[in-house]
Amino acid sequence: MSTVDPAARELSAYRKMEESITISETTEFEGDRELLTLNLGPHHPATHGVLRLLVTLDGEVIRRLQPIYGYLHTGIEKTAEQKSYWKAIPVVERMDYVSYYFNAMAYCGAVETLLEVEIPKRAQYLRVIHMELNRIMSHLVFLGTSALDLGAISVWWYCFRERETLLDLFEMSSGQRMHTRYFQIGGVIEDIPDGWIEQVRKFCAIMPERADIYGDLLNKNEIFLQRQRDVCPLPVEKLREYGVTGPLLRAAGDPWDLRKTMPYSSYEEFDFQIPVGTKGDNYDRYQVRLAEVKESIKIIVQALDNLPDGPTITDDRKIALPPRHELATSMEALIHHFKLVTEGMRVPAGEAYYPIEGARGELGCFVRSDGSSKPARVHMRDPSLVNMQAAPAATEGWLIADMLATVAMFDPIIGGIDR
Amino acid sequence: MPDAATLERLVGALKASDAESVIDTVETPGRVAIEVKPESIVGSLEVLRAAGYEFLASVHGVDYYPNEPRLGVDYELLSREACDRIALTLRVSTEDPHLPSVTPAWPCANNQEREAFDMFGLIFDGHPDLRRILMPEDYEGHPQRRDFPIGGEPVLFTHNEHSVPRWFE
Repeated sequence: MSTVDPAARELSAYRKMEESITISETTEFEGDRELLTLNLGPHHPATHGVLRLLVTLDGEVIRRLQPIYGYLHTGIEKTAEQKSYWKAIPVVERMDYVSYYFNAMAYCGAVETLLEVEIPKRAQYLRVIHMELNRIMSHLVFLGTSALDLGAISVWWYCFRERETLLDLFEMSSGQRMHTRYFQIGGVIEDIPDGWIEQVRKFCAIMPERADIYGDLLNKNEIFLQRQRDVCPLPVEKLREYGVTGPLLRAAGDPWDLRKTMPYSSYEEFDFQIPVGTKGDNYDRYQVRLAEVKESIKIIVQALDNLPDGPTITDDRKIALPPRHELATSMEALIHHFKLVTEGMRVPAGEAYYPIEGARGELGCFVRSDGSSKPARVHMRDPSLVNMQAAPAATEGWLIADMLATVAMFDPIIGGIDR
Repeated sequence: MPDAATLERLVGALKASDAESVIDTVETPGRVAIEVKPESIVGSLEVLRAAGYEFLASVHGVDYYPNEPRLGVDYELLSREACDRIALTLRVSTEDPHLPSVTPAWPCANNQEREAFDMFGLIFDGHPDLRRILMPEDYEGHPQRRDFPIGGEPVLFTHNEHSVPRWFE
């Protein structure tokens, strides 16, 4: 690297702009009232990660809200392009780090669409069970941290107790608490261990009651209610305009849920309801998620009751590894194993977009293949990034304390936004 | 994906509004993408909006290196009524990466267009706030382009702090 003399270096356009700013020039007035621009974050406990918010205030009233992203950008999409298809799953899972099963599902689904591979029924059901467990876990994290923001610390302890049970279930089925890499292209990596179903059933038996308890804890909390009821509502039309999906949209009364409207992974075989709100205020946003926890339990119980027998991954040897015992006896199995582990699978050239109903809304994965064994482009349509576009519209004209409650209710996961 | 008759009707509607707009129709498993000219993207999206595809689910930037024109943008549209998806795509070159922004008509595309600008250097003319969104404001280059090297960021130590450009300016 050549040595650069700092004095001789030309200032970049951004630095020039930065140097040209003086305080007096940035003072804004609205009529005769002076506006205050306040920086919130990126390191702030109320922003759920490293979200930075530039807030322009008139007294305590928000006149303008400007979210600034990118503090957690780690180039996961670029990294995924350097890896063969099956090795990209772990990095993709780390995007939205609270809903890793959904990330893996969207990515694997997109690749499976390109490969035109049939997923065995048992694998589809196991995927559904894990995704719904993940949805409960994600909503528990949301509920705990949001209540913490609003001053109700005890809910956090209870929610994370149940989350711990869920993480133990994930550890039992896959060996990892988080970022499990359980979903594979073509199915799931292995069958569930003995005793897992009983553990899940035990959890399903207590969770609906626990959800009611958490609801009671919060619904009888006057401070929580005052900061939630009728605060920062947005109508359905406005939400659709900003591309908002998931619980936020359903809270405003639009029953749009991809699990019902465009089912994937056998969701059409389960009987469940879509909870919707009426006003679209913060209270509805929280109630919809609490109700979704119970619906997820219903789906899991049905999936456990009707769990089909059979293989858990496709028997296409060009996609899935052959079973271990075949390697000792079959030459072909050994060759397939070697090819898959060294080069990976080749995916026909094309593009696929695979949307699923994530915990925060439509989570879509766009994969472009150029026919080689590495994806040429992996792009996530992350619901947090798109949903946050509605945050300025929801909070402008409200108090700064309401804004913090609303950002908590939007539930952005910065890992998903920044990737 | 729309069936053959619907697709023909949609392509017909696109051609009726602008005869030159449609370049190609690409059918892959589970997906139909209509490639349109960059200039006519706003009009084409309006035609599809009138045909029921009223939700712009996602905007993706793509680099087709080494094919020319290199850069592309994908618009994923969703019809809630028909529970159906269709994609519009377009291609622009790296020498002239200009295309009209759809954000004024579809506010949901705001962040994702900024992301495509940040990562690929696609310039969306008419975007209200076209700044980098994920990379630092003074970053040079567009990292998601296929010819952008990986592992090129120097690591800062005390022995090389004066030779690593930009950090203390």
